[in-house]
Amino acid sequence: MAKELWEGNAAIAEAAIRAGLEAFYGYPITPQTEVLEHLSHRMIELGRVFLQAESEVASINMVYGAACTGVRVMTSSSSPGISLMQEGLSYIACSEVPAVVCNIMRGGPGLGNVQPAQGDYFQAVKSAGHGDYHMIVLAPSNVQEAIDLMVLAFDLADKYRTIAMLVADGAIGQMMEPAEMPPLRPLRKPEERGEWALTGARGREPNTITSLYLGAENLEVVNLRLQEKLRQIEANEVRWKEYDTEDAELLLVAFGTVGRICQTAVREARAKGVKVGLLRPVTLWPFPSARLAELAGQVQGMLVVEMNAGQMLQDVRLAVEGRCPIEFYGRMGGVIPLPDDILPELHKLEAAVGAG
Amino acid sequence: MATIDIPADMELVYQRPESLTPAHTHYCPGCTHGIIHRLIAEVLDELGLRERTIGIAPVGCSVLAYYYFNFDMAEAAHGRAPAMATGMKRTNPDKVVFTYQGDGDLAAIGTAEIVHSANRGELFTTIFVNNAIYGMTGGQMAPTTLPGQVSTSCPSGRDVELAGFPMHMAELLGGLPGTAYVTRQAVFDVRGIRRTKKALTTAFRAQLAGLGFTMVEVLSTCNTNWHMSVLGALEWAKDKMVGYYPLGDTKVSDAVRAMLEEK
Amino acid sequence: MAKGMVIIDEDRCKGCGLCVSVCPVNILRLAEGRFNAKGYPPVEVSDPEKCTGCASCAIICPDVVFTVYRRKRQPQPATAAA
Ligand SMILES: Cc1ncc(C[n+]2csc(CCOP(=O)(O)OP(=O)(O)O)c2C)c(N)n1
Ligand code: SF4
Ligand code: SF4
Repeated sequence: MAKELWEGNAAIAEAAIRAGLEAFYGYPITPQTEVLEHLSHRMIELGRVFLQAESEVASINMVYGAACTGVRVMTSSSSPGISLMQEGLSYIACSEVPAVVCNIMRGGPGLGNVQPAQGDYFQAVKSAGHGDYHMIVLAPSNVQEAIDLMVLAFDLADKYRTIAMLVADGAIGQMMEPAEMPPLRPLRKPEERGEWALTGARGREPNTITSLYLGAENLEVVNLRLQEKLRQIEANEVRWKEYDTEDAELLLVAFGTVGRICQTAVREARAKGVKVGLLRPVTLWPFPSARLAELAGQVQGMLVVEMNAGQMLQDVRLAVEGRCPIEFYGRMGGVIPLPDDILPELHKLEAAVGAG
Repeated sequence: MATIDIPADMELVYQRPESLTPAHTHYCPGCTHGIIHRLIAEVLDELGLRERTIGIAPVGCSVLAYYYFNFDMAEAAHGRAPAMATGMKRTNPDKVVFTYQGDGDLAAIGTAEIVHSANRGELFTTIFVNNAIYGMTGGQMAPTTLPGQVSTSCPSGRDVELAGFPMHMAELLGGLPGTAYVTRQAVFDVRGIRRTKKALTTAFRAQLAGLGFTMVEVLSTCNTNWHMSVLGALEWAKDKMVGYYPLGDTKVSDAVRAMLEEK
Repeated sequence: MAKGMVIIDEDRCKGCGLCVSVCPVNILRLAEGRFNAKGYPPVEVSDPEKCTGCASCAIICPDVVFTVYRRKRQPQPATAAA
């Protein structure tokens, strides 16, 4: 299929449709609303389920209900709405039903603003809902990648019966770029739903989906199983992109929109003779820790750049375990760091570690 | 159990419905949750719906309802069952979906979900068990606790100045355009139980016919947390609860009426 | 001859007494000095001959203790009211 010009949010929505989305439940919030608006007409046109819920609390529980029956279902929102979903996400994680959530992050805390931000890294990666669980977190840095990761999100959610969350920000959501849509997949047939799904106990024993396990030992067994699954995901699904790392003496680490800006910063720094590379995590959970640890043995220092006060920074530190110095540059409140802001930070790091 | 010879001229008039598992319930002796479970099971059997049904258990004393119902079940977060049911029924219009909810679940923490589901005319059925107290957490004030009624969180009786008035959910939801059938029944005696069963049949039939949202509020007892004997609780309920929560239909849409007359 | 008959699944009984309170012919009682596996005094039929098979006990029992049988209706003489 040829490339067309797509707006990020609409592209995300259309990609979900192409991936076989059967039902969408959501609530309007800037800068995500175009996802909901696109689906509001496309889903109906295609005879699929679209419903504007009364709140994000309701949306995520509608997703939970539909997911229990084994259909491909998603919701989308932005930071404050995702905060409201944490209860439902925790239930879904424990119940092990597949669900997809899209989070077009905005500035916080509180009502914050509608500018692009990455302040939901903790909320997404550490899973602010109660209990021990993680969602698979996918962070695109351009419209094409948003499309591809949206499709992947459904496949991973199904494969592991878990939650896959796409985290982007308003900059990606509102950006127009040429991108290629995958073909429309046929919808899953009712008989293709998982055998665990609630489809009516016709000719079989009843299925139950619950997150309640009375008795400490029982719940521990469930937790051990969940942990085992998470270890599998960590082993199989870590994704990242590297740019100019082969001979790098310094390393930038950034995701999403900032990862893309850092590509420019790398080009500009390289033009000035600074041997810098970039690692851009594509999965924020599972995190590319092993690769970062490796690179920590090669480079003399790292600079983590984020649109928050240093959230992914913690995971980089955990991965590197002190093997090299790590500096941080962050902007908050919806301010986007530009190459001109990043380059001086890189020079400072260069001077501090004596690279070059 | 010893095998008992049934005389040839005797016919079976009552046995455990297929829609209930043989599991023994964890409910307190005399708790009316058991009666309501049984009625739902009987109705689903009689309508031949067991293999098409998906039920949703709440958070509350009936949180383990999925051990007792012999069909597919999910367990919701506190108050969110109507949102889950919406998600299920919209994607599975051929299934029969119901939520089973207590008064804390439905009329406090889940008020938004039930009101909007009802108003959208979602095609599932809600069984709302109103026992005027939080059973599972040990007897705190519920949104339906009567004025003056004692609970562990209103030890000198519900003070409406402080806590506001009890919620009349059947009236509230009956007033919404999306509802097809909303009724309040009580399971305090054999007659009331029969009527409740009839109401459940109407609700499930209306769901099957796609007529709109249906809810059966069932006045219920919690002798344990009311600190009464089993029979004393029934008497108090008949005397006080029914006075405050009048029994009967608060909504029978024209379509439901037509359905009932057709029969 | 009794018109009805109940079978009691004793170990399901919680001794709540609801059935006892509704039996129209007063033939149900809770056992005295005897307990079931759950530790409750189970319901007993004091006078099985009086059972009418009305199933009131089964209708109110929260714990599905009863299975109820009733004597099949004899073909009525043509003059009898239906
Ligand atoms: C979010 C959340 N808040 C509070 C609770 C604690 N909780 C469990 S059951 C319950 C009240 C249940 O009362 P009701 O719905 O009336 O049902 P009943 O137990 O009386 O049948 C509460 C407050 C919870 N499980 N989840
Ligand atoms: S606490 Fe009350 S509502 Fe809960 S099982 Fe006991 S009697 Fe029933
Ligand atoms: S109503 Fe049921 S549980 Fe209660 S005493 Fe009678 S048989 Fe036992």
